[in-house]
This record gives sequence, structure tokens and C-alpha cells, in this order.
Amino acid sequence: MSAATRENAPHARIEAAIRAAGARGVPALVAFLTAGYPRRERFRADLAAVASAADVVEIGVPFTDPMADGVTIQRSSRDALAQGVTLRWILAELAAMPPVAAPLLLMSYLNPLHAFGYAELAAAAERARIAGFIVPDLPFDEGGALREALKTRGLALVQMATPVTTAERLAKVCAASRGFVYAVTMTGTTGRHVAVPDDVVAYLDRVRAAARVPVCAGFGIRSAEQVARLAGHVDGVIVGSALVEVLERGEDPAAWLRALRPATA
Amino acid sequence: MTAMTEQDRRQLLDAEIAGVFPDTRGRFGPFGGRYIPETLIPAIERLEAGLRAHLGTADFERELADELRSWVGRPTALTHARRLGARWGAEVWLKREDLAHTGAHKINNAIGQALLAKRLGARRVVAETGAGQHGVASAAACARVGLPCTVYMGALDMERQAPNVGRMRLLGAQVVPVTEGDRTLRAAVDEALRDWVADPLGTYYLLGSAIGPHPYPYLVRQLQTIIGREARAQMLAAAGGLPDALIACVGGGSNSIGLFHPFLADAAVEIIGIEAGGHGRALGEHSATLALGRPGILQGAYSMLLQDPDGQIQETHSISAGLDYPGVGPEHALLQAVGRVRYEVASDDEALAAVKECCENEGILPALESAHALAGARRWAAAHPGKRILIGLSGRGDKDMPTLQRTLIADIEAGRA
Repeated sequence: MSAATRENAPHARIEAAIRAAGARGVPALVAFLTAGYPRRERFRADLAAVASAADVVEIGVPFTDPMADGVTIQRSSRDALAQGVTLRWILAELAAMPPVAAPLLLMSYLNPLHAFGYAELAAAAERARIAGFIVPDLPFDEGGALREALKTRGLALVQMATPVTTAERLAKVCAASRGFVYAVTMTGTTGRHVAVPDDVVAYLDRVRAAARVPVCAGFGIRSAEQVARLAGHVDGVIVGSALVEVLERGEDPAAWLRALRPATA
Repeated sequence: MTAMTEQDRRQLLDAEIAGVFPDTRGRFGPFGGRYIPETLIPAIERLEAGLRAHLGTADFERELADELRSWVGRPTALTHARRLGARWGAEVWLKREDLAHTGAHKINNAIGQALLAKRLGARRVVAETGAGQHGVASAAACARVGLPCTVYMGALDMERQAPNVGRMRLLGAQVVPVTEGDRTLRAAVDEALRDWVADPLGTYYLLGSAIGPHPYPYLVRQLQTIIGREARAQMLAAAGGLPDALIACVGGGSNSIGLFHPFLADAAVEIIGIEAGGHGRALGEHSATLALGRPGILQGAYSMLLQDPDGQIQETHSISAGLDYPGVGPEHALLQAVGRVRYEVASDDEALAAVKECCENEGILPALESAHALAGARRWAAAHPGKRILIGLSGRGDKDMPTLQRTLIADIEAGRA
């Protein structure tokens, strides 16, 4: 029996963690940090702190050309690279550190994964207790080779939906996605503050209707009001740039994350 | 990429010559594709549908042909470079894209895409530029069709190509300096993509080279093959036959694919692309993507790349801003893999020497980019005496005056040359 079909397959751990928050009546918190930023030697401690307050954690693999990201994540990527952070280093750190409760995903542009080799990557990710991947420059249609390699280890490849995705494509994206569907709440790059207008709520309802796995909304989420407004329309919310800025300022990420979701306090 | 057998190579080359590529998945053999954020999928599908609806139709082609003739100034001349030929011991012909409006081949693509943008109902155009030639061409084409134009340009390139920045502004474009990343063409492409991601349906992205996600490599090639189609007919008429060698410079690869493509089926024509060898062979010292790179994914396509073992894209160097790019169009990657085109390098110093030689012997100031092709041709002529060579002179060198002032002109003024 392959790992992919077992209930404890890595991708299923992501889905379960998000559903567990829903069972408590709150949207799951999916938190993003760039590996090794602001300081490489604090990676394990930062990750543990973030994981203590989040339901799922996305670890950003720095890349020289983060074309889908805004200024904050461009800055954090560049700085992490300058400190010598690589995919290989991240995987080694994760394999060596005490496990955290929250399922972990790697968020990476495709070329570092391609350079690593997909089959070797899937094996190394499993050893590092990674549950899945998010690849912002890999649309559904081009994802076959990576998706197959990850599937042999039961690892998720999270697909993205956007407000401009057609209904026909949304059905395909949702069917292929494991772990959750990443619903981008706006067009544009990461990190800009956005209000949550009615049409975004309607769009999220459409994604949720199309998806069997949980739906998490991301891009531009940084306040408790936004989280409250999205609750009921999504299974989880993704916070990226705002959390990176919290870490950058040297503040307590766990406290900041908890304040996003007062209902659980 | 798995190793190709001789039979694979032959089949792929036959398919390429038969016009099979890009295939329905936007691939040139294994290369190409569409590696873009999901947000851009509707915009790129709309572009592909729009391209199918207009490109090649009698109405669009008539409008484009009229602009190319009456506004761009096509056909561009084919010049018999007799004095260069005498020096090199060869018969040398130059396809003069430097004579096209705005001074380079870039205008062929810019006016074609601007006409397409207009037909697709775009509200604004964004473009990236390296040497500034594509930025100037885009600004001019947008002014011509009446669309607002924003050009992203690396801060380093803005210094190197200052005269072009002023030209773009005069032509009504907004020029946005890119201070992120390597501050050259690659960072400008990233920033233009980010702009497009923010408004994928109202904005038209006027990409300047045969790179990026499908259908750009195809669209740009189709708009640039006018160079090769004209040159082939001109050679037959003026030289009485095809060239033995066809040589062009390769950065992203638009002037070269435009020149090469109509000659691919001419098996007797040896085709050579010249990349920027910079000042060394170590990563970071050159921009020789095909000669020295490995396959990978950057800015929408699977192609050859300059990258480190971790898949991080490397900074590049070239004296010529237009060649200073770590990727290359996917069709060139295919042409290299199947062995139809050979890719070599010319160094910064060789390019400068070629600028000087062309100025002094033909009365033509070539762009530093094009000078790489001249340098490669000179080397080929030395190894193949008495042969006929056609060189793509992709642009004029006026934009390079700040660099030339520091180098060749300083030498002349100091009495060193």
C-alpha cells in the first residue's frame, strides 16, 4: 500500500490540521516564514515559535527571482540567500531539529526543486517531515512530473486558485490539489494590504464549493478584521509578508499570530 | 533532461523545420512551456487566443506590413561589406537592422505587439528593457498606436544606456528604475511580470525577446522572422546565392531567431549564434547561457540557464546590456540540442575591437550587441577562407556612447589607438 493512500499520509496531516481548527470553530492559521530570515542561526527557534501558534507552517525556500512576491519576501529571500540558506540546508535543519506539531510545507519556486531532482527531493522531504509543497511558478498544467514524484511519498502539491480563474479550470485545480487549495484573494504580488470586498467573499465561496480539500485564503492578509471577515468562507487563512515583517522587527511571532484569531484565545 | 539519441535529434530537427513547434503545450521539443503564477493564466490564455485570432490573418498582416514599410522603414538594406571582407579574406554581407526605425530590430516586434495589444483592448502596455532598445521601440510603438506605456529598466542599465532613457521619456513612456535583484534585464523582467500580475486583463505585457512563457517565444519569433525572410531573398538577388555561414548575436535571442529561422531548412548554411563571453568563463563573468549553462526554469520557460548547483540564477556580465541575461529563448535551446545551430562566445574586448573595425572600414557604428556577431564572424572567416558570410547587424551603436567614450574613444583621444 502506498503512503499516498494511508490516512496518515503527509498530505492528509495538513488537511486534518486545518479541519481541526474548523472543528474548534475558527479558521486555521497557515503561517509563512522565509527560511533563515532574519537570521540563519535562529531558524529552528523561529520555526518552533511560529509553529506553536499556527496550525500549518509554510517554509519559504529563498530564490533569486521571486517573481510572484512583493517587496517584503523579495527582501527576505535575498537576505537569506546572502546568509547561505539553500534547500539542502533547510532539509538538513528540519531533519535534525525536534519535530514540531504543525504540519510543514515548503514554498519554493520551481528551479531550486528542479536542480535538486524531483525524486531525490521527495525522499529528502519525507525524511525532513515535510508534508507538502507550494510552487508559485508551477501552474497546474505544468505540474505533472513534480506531482507524480511527490505522490509516491504521499506529499501534497498545493494548487492555487485566483479570482480570475475560470470555472472550468477551477474544477481541475481543485481536483488536483492536496493538503489545501491556496485561494489567492487578489491579483498581484504578495504583501499588500487589502480589504475584503463582497466579490472576494463570493469567489471564496465558489472555490470552497469546488474543492474537496480545505480552502485557505492568502495574499495581503495581515489583520484580525480580515481574518474575522473571511471566517465562514474559508477553512484557513495564510499570513506571509506581515509575519515576515514581525520577525524582521524582532517581535514575538507567536503572540502576533494568536492576536489574529482572538476567538481561540 | 535525458540524453538525446542521434535519431531523437534528427526527428526533433525535422519537426522544427516542418514548423511543428511550439506544439500544443507551448514546447520546442523539451524546452519552453508556461511556468507562470496561476494569476497570469487567464491573461496568457487570452493573449494566445488573440494571437490565433489576429496573427496571420489578412487584415492584421496588411496593417502590420503597412507599418513596417511606411513607419519602420522596411525592408532594411543588405550591405556588401567589401572592406571587412578584404581584411578577413571572405565575402561579407550585413543585414542592416541598425537602419530600422529607432535603431534596432526590436521595433519589428514592438510595433507588431502594440498593434495586437490595441486589437485585444488593452488599456496600457508594460515592457522591460535591457539595453533600452526594446524600451525605446515599445515607447515609440505605443505612441504610434496611442497606448500608455510603462517601461521597467534595471538601475544599472539606466546608467549604462542613459541616452535611451531620455528617448523613452521623450516618446511619452514612464520609465521605472528597478533597484531590486541584479538591476539589469532579468530584474526588469521580474518587475514587469509583477506589474502584469497586478492587472492581468487590462495590461498588455510587451515582452521584448523570444523568451518567457508560451506564446511569447513564438509570437516574438513570428514578428522577427521578417529579418531572415528579407535577408534570404536579398542574398539570392544581390549575392547570387545563400551564405555559407549565418551569424548573429544571442542574448534572449530575438534578432538571431528572426534571422536564423527562415534558413533552418537550408542544410548547407552553417548557423552560428554568438553569446557574450564577458571577461571570463567563471559564473558571473559572462552571459554565455547556451555555451556554458544548464537546463532549468526561469521567467516562464524551461530553457538553458546560468545557475549555481542549487538552482539559484547567477548574475551575468557583458559590456553589452542587451546580452546581459542569464536565460535564453527556448527555441535556441532546441536548436542547440539538435545540433542545427552552434553557439560560441565573443569577449568584451573582441566586441570592442569589432566595433572599431566596423566603424573604420565600413562607416557603420554597430551596437555592442551586434559587434559580438562581427567578432564571431571574423573568427569563422579566419578558419574558412574565401567563404560567404551573412551577419545580422541587429542595431546601431549610438546608445553605447557612454561605454564607448570610456573605452575606444578615450583610447583615440589619448593617442593609444
